[in-house]
Amino acid sequence: MPLSPEPPEDKESTVTQSPEPEEVAPAHTLIPRDAEHWSKPVTRLEVGEVPASAININVTGRRVMGPVQGFGKMWQKTYRIGLGRQAEPREVILEWKKNFSLFWPEGANFYGPVTGIAPGEVALLNLSMPGKLKLSTGVLVLFADDEAFTLMTPQGHMFAAWITFTSLEYEGQTVAETQVLLRANDPLYELALGMGGHKKEDAFWTHTLSSLAAHFGVEGAEVSTKVVCVDKRRQWSKAKNIWHNSAIRSGGYMMGTPFRAVARSFRRPRK
Amino acid sequence: MTQNILNASVKKVNERTSVIEVEGEVTQTSEKDLMDAYEEAVSKKTRTIILNLTNLEYMNSSGIGLLVTLLVRANRHHQKMLACGLSEHYRQIFELTRLDEAIEIHDDETSALAAAGAQ
Repeated sequence: MPLSPEPPEDKESTVTQSPEPEEVAPAHTLIPRDAEHWSKPVTRLEVGEVPASAININVTGRRVMGPVQGFGKMWQKTYRIGLGRQAEPREVILEWKKNFSLFWPEGANFYGPVTGIAPGEVALLNLSMPGKLKLSTGVLVLFADDEAFTLMTPQGHMFAAWITFTSLEYEGQTVAETQVLLRANDPLYELALGMGGHKKEDAFWTHTLSSLAAHFGVEGAEVSTKVVCVDKRRQWSKAKNIWHNSAIRSGGYMMGTPFRAVARSFRRPRK
Repeated sequence: MTQNILNASVKKVNERTSVIEVEGEVTQTSEKDLMDAYEEAVSKKTRTIILNLTNLEYMNSSGIGLLVTLLVRANRHHQKMLACGLSEHYRQIFELTRLDEAIEIHDDETSALAAAGAQ
């Protein structure tokens, strides 16, 4: 379009038209810009390739559980650590997604997909518990973008939860944050939370954030913890979630290990 | 961090039903606006809150978390929460996060109001 249109020769014969109004589609018909950051709809979880050493007994075929589906009181726990000016929030999230399992405490194994943390991916968790129990569970990557990512737990996990990892600018520095919105999944886990489970959970994320900070060269920074009880009520209609309890099932699986080994030795090798 | 652009306006249909029209983005920075809108929407007699999400343009996982805390607050006061006007995308997110099991979804405000017995 020319910048200075020619003036019309005959003003009277000129038909003045107001520009056609641009048709704007209503917001609900457009594809929102968050679309690519959410997992595609998932009915039952499926696990991709995992190392032979990983135990996968409580994830495949399970449904995801949010705080709405859990049994116990609803908690919002926010853990935060300052990283100074060592990195921009986006760099922090990039590194966090790339090395997610490296920051976890010893005895907690995260078997993520080779492609890394991406929406819709399913990862296995094998966690060392008291009594040499190896608890097998997992997570779905519910949401992931450059500023945050969120994991959602499956049936049988300790928590029906969304766990969001964020990095942001706060009071002139970059901070890394883990926020967990959770209910214990069943009465047994609710009991365990009250008997030291909360402290273990706090120690887990404190360790994770301290490791993340150390990765960026920040040593000895303090992790702040804010705990809010969002809902004091227990959802007794969800007590039946105990059927999928991953600790009970993992315990059963471990007790069956010798029997499976014997059964394997009697099995004829396939030709 | 994404700049928060949320406009939450309140329409009191009658003393038992209110509509919160959510326009723009729902993220972690929307907490105050959403909670303020809720406070404005409710009275002692309010029994149903309808979230009209027709003009919702962006929502991340923190935003979904906010809706859950809003839901808990409403349930604590024995109020039912409905949602309407969701695009196919956000309807899928409600299903994925299983929020649809706690917040009844309706196609539009008219049907949500009818379900609330306000029409």
